[in-house]
This record gives sequence, structure tokens and C-alpha cells, in this order.
Amino acid sequence: MLDVRNLSMRFGGLLAVDGVSLDVKEKEIVSIIGPNGAGKTTVFNCLSGFYQPSGGTISFEGKEIQGIPDYKISRLGLVRTFQHVRLFNSMTVVENLLVAQHRHLNTNLFAGLIKTPAYRKKEEKSLERAAYWLKQVGLLDLANREAGNLAYGQQRRLEIARCMVTEPRLLMLDEPAAGLNPNETRELNQLIIRLKEDYCVSVVLIEHDMSLVMDISDRINVINQGRPLASGTPDEIRQNDDVIKAYLGEE
Amino acid sequence: MHDVLYFLQQLINGLTVGSAYALIAIGYTMVYGIIGMINFAHGEIYMIGAYISLIVITGLATLGSAWLPLVLLVALICAVIVSSSMGWAVERVAYRPVRGQHRLIPLISAIGMSIFLQNYVHLAQGSRNIGFPSLIQGGITMGAEDGFQTSISYMQITIFVVTLVCMTALSMFISKSRLGRACRAVSQDLKMSNLLGIDTNRIIAATFVIGAALAAVAGLLLGMYYGSIDPLFGFIAGLKAFTAAVLGGIGSIPGAMLGGLILGVAEAMTSGYLSGEYKDVVSFGLLILILLFRPTGLLGKPEVEKI
Repeated sequence: MLDVRNLSMRFGGLLAVDGVSLDVKEKEIVSIIGPNGAGKTTVFNCLSGFYQPSGGTISFEGKEIQGIPDYKISRLGLVRTFQHVRLFNSMTVVENLLVAQHRHLNTNLFAGLIKTPAYRKKEEKSLERAAYWLKQVGLLDLANREAGNLAYGQQRRLEIARCMVTEPRLLMLDEPAAGLNPNETRELNQLIIRLKEDYCVSVVLIEHDMSLVMDISDRINVINQGRPLASGTPDEIRQNDDVIKAYLGEE
Repeated sequence: MHDVLYFLQQLINGLTVGSAYALIAIGYTMVYGIIGMINFAHGEIYMIGAYISLIVITGLATLGSAWLPLVLLVALICAVIVSSSMGWAVERVAYRPVRGQHRLIPLISAIGMSIFLQNYVHLAQGSRNIGFPSLIQGGITMGAEDGFQTSISYMQITIFVVTLVCMTALSMFISKSRLGRACRAVSQDLKMSNLLGIDTNRIIAATFVIGAALAAVAGLLLGMYYGSIDPLFGFIAGLKAFTAAVLGGIGSIPGAMLGGLILGVAEAMTSGYLSGEYKDVVSFGLLILILLFRPTGLLGKPEVEKI
């Protein structure tokens, strides 16, 4: 469903991403790994429309999307998170999920002013969906807390729930396990697998936590200094000499 | 007794003007909160609101319509519609094309827009003062027959009530409605809101429209209160409202309300106890003090530098 070919991104004289290809099928978890500064997040920024790639094509469900604005990409069902949590901190947990559904409930201002039945119905439905996802990520009890006051691990899960209420087809997670303790990482692990199995969402993952990557990925792409180094199943990657070299240095 | 009544009179005068300042200040603060720019053309939107209501009132008077509440309501609605469209158009024409560029560029664009609108009204309506009929007359007086009397005019009561209604409605809108929720989200993180599929351009346009509508209400009220308007009517009021917004903490809506009231009272007290000439000195002196000692304003959150 996502097919990236020969993606490159140049910042002045620096070629941050050079000839990276990536393909993601339905119900698949694909990881991108690589040393710090390898260009993983730059790839994400190109995919989600933050950057306009200097070269290559990105097609999502048969449609070329390179260079179109970010909000349109997210409307196609390609939604991302960031390395650092970006919640609406002074809004409550449930409001964070409601606001993410804003475009699904597009009714005009007057319907909102006089609260027509259609408006109420949609509002109820979005509240239901928000409650559903809060339950899925185990935050239902905290629905009326301010998002900024949640513990870090909870904020991470809320962020995933906020992506999910928009009904994405492909979820891009940028280091979702960063800063989580082993317990929380395990929970996250299960959550991501459940998203794939139960909701038919494909996932692209950037992660440094190798246990998480090896456990849940169907395939792994390794990038080093902007260039693709290897790709394959977790087992293949574990045994790949180039990868070992890049991570551990030459013997 | 005399002193108390005199003080009370100044307080009432101050709160009246202050609540109208607050209405204008909300427009500054909402726009700043959402895109971080100072909309210097906002005072002109307020002035246009006053002109439109005057035109409508005069028009209805020549048609012979005399039932006061109806006249005021029609004037209010027309002023709100015209000013909101103006607010929307100004954003579309002068600010959206330069959004995302260096902060100075939208600012200059705003000043240009302000000069343009002011001169447009100069040309269209003439530059002299136009009398605004004081439609709401009479009031309540307190105090001894022969001593000093405190009076609250019905006009002042109208200003209070209308302002209170507008502010309550705005607070409800921001905290409860879907569009208000989206406004809060956009003001916290525009990029993220965009990524979640919120049409941020529309939300930004909506804040301009809401701010302009409130300014139009203030235009009608203060035009009637002062009894005359001219094309520069919006300039000083705009500066005062901007001061009020900074005083309360720019970006914070309750801050704008509080700042407006404080500024109004401070001005009235100066005119009452010192001299009317010192009124502006005190209000802008207050601005300097707040910028020196509490740059984020009374209710603004201090920005924490993240490392």
C-alpha cells in the first residue's frame, strides 16, 4: 500500500537521504533502523509531507503523494507521531481525541449554534469513539485529566489513540518506546500488534529499542548515513554482516 | 459620603469603558494566541463597526422606524456582519499570503491595512466628527439632592450587560463547542492540528471573524457612549485595547477581559482625581511597567524555555 522508490532529500550540500526505497503491504509492520543521524526521521518527514523530497516517488494506495501538503496526506489515512510527545497539553485527554476527529464531523457553524439533531448525533458518535479508544489504551479513567499532567508512558499511549480515532490506514511511529520503562515497552508492543491484527492498520516504525523491533516487525529496513544498507526479516537482519559492522564497527 | 460617591462614580465610568476595551482586546488576544501576530488593523475594524451602526441607525430614522430596541438590534446585526466580513477579508488578503514568513512581515502588512482602512473611511465618510445620536437616555442617580450625586446612565448599564453577554457566549463557545475546541488545539500546536486533518486556515479565519464581531459590538456601544465618531476613532481605542491585552497577558482571553477592566478603571481614576489630560499617560505608563516587570502579563503563562 505504501511504495517508496529512490527517495532522496538534500539540504544544501548535505544529502540526508539518498536512494531509500521502502514498501509496506497491508497489515504489515515495517521498521526503519539505523545509527543516530542516519536519516530515519528525515524519511518520515518526507512521507508525511513535512518536507518536499528532492527526488524519488512516494505512492500511497496507488496515488503519488510526494510534495502534497501534510494535512491532505493525513486525510488520506497516513498519520504519524513524533519523537517527542506532541499532545495538546492544556486540553483534557478526551478533548485531545475529540479534536482529532474534527474533520470527520464537518458540519457548519449554524448547526453547531442551534445544535441540530444531526450535530448532536455526530458529537455523540465521536465521544463514543473517543471512549472506545481510551479503553483500548487503558486511559478511560483519566479521560477528564489535562493531557499535560499524564505520566510519560500514558502520554505516549494517548498519542497513539489520537492517531487511531482518525481511522488511519497506515500509522507511522517515530521512536514510540523512547523513554518508556521495560514494562511500558511491553504494553506498547502488544498494543501495536493489536492495532495490526484487529484494525488492519499497517505500521512503519522508527525505533532504537531492538527488542521491540525484533519482536514485532515483519520486515526491517536498515539505513546508514542516508543510504539503504539492508532489508529483510528480523532473522535476516540479525545475521547480516553489513548491519553488524555499521552498528558495532569493524573488527 | 461625598468622597465615596465620587469614587463610585469614577469606578462606574471606568468599568463601562473598560468592559468595552475588553471586547476589543479579545480580538487582539485571540489572533495573537493562534498565529502569534499583532493585528494592527483591528482598531479600524472596530471603527468601521461604529460607522456601519451609525449609518444603519440614521437610515432607519429617516425611514421612520422608531422602536428603539429594534433599531439597535438591526444596527448591531448589520455592524457585526460587515465588520466580520471585513475581518475575514483582511486576513485573507493581507495576512494569509505572508503567514509563516518573518514576524515583521505580517506586522508591516497589518499596519498597511490599518492605514488603508482609515483613509478609506476618510474618503467615504469625510474626516470630520459625526454626531452619534444618544439613543439610550436617562439613568439612575444616588445621593443627596444638594450634594454630589452618583449616576449610572442606562447607556452604561447597556454596555455592561451587552459586554457580559458577549463574554459569556465567547467563553461557552471556546470551552464547549467543536469549533472552539479546534481553536484551542490550533493555538497550542498549529502544525500538529494540521497533521490531524484540521483545516487550520478555516480556524484562523474564524478567529478573525469572531474578534471582528466583538469589535463591532464595542463600536456600536462606545460610539453611542461618546456621542461622536471620526475615522481616527479606532486608532486610540485600538491602542488602548492592545494595551489591555498585553496587560492581561496576550494570548489569554480571561486576561484580555481583566486587562480591559483594569485599564478602564485606571483611566477613569486618573481623570477623576488628577486630570483628564493624564489619562493616556497613565494607561501607556502602565503598559511600560507591565512590559518591564511582568512581560507575560497578569494572566499570561511565562514561557518556559525547554532544554
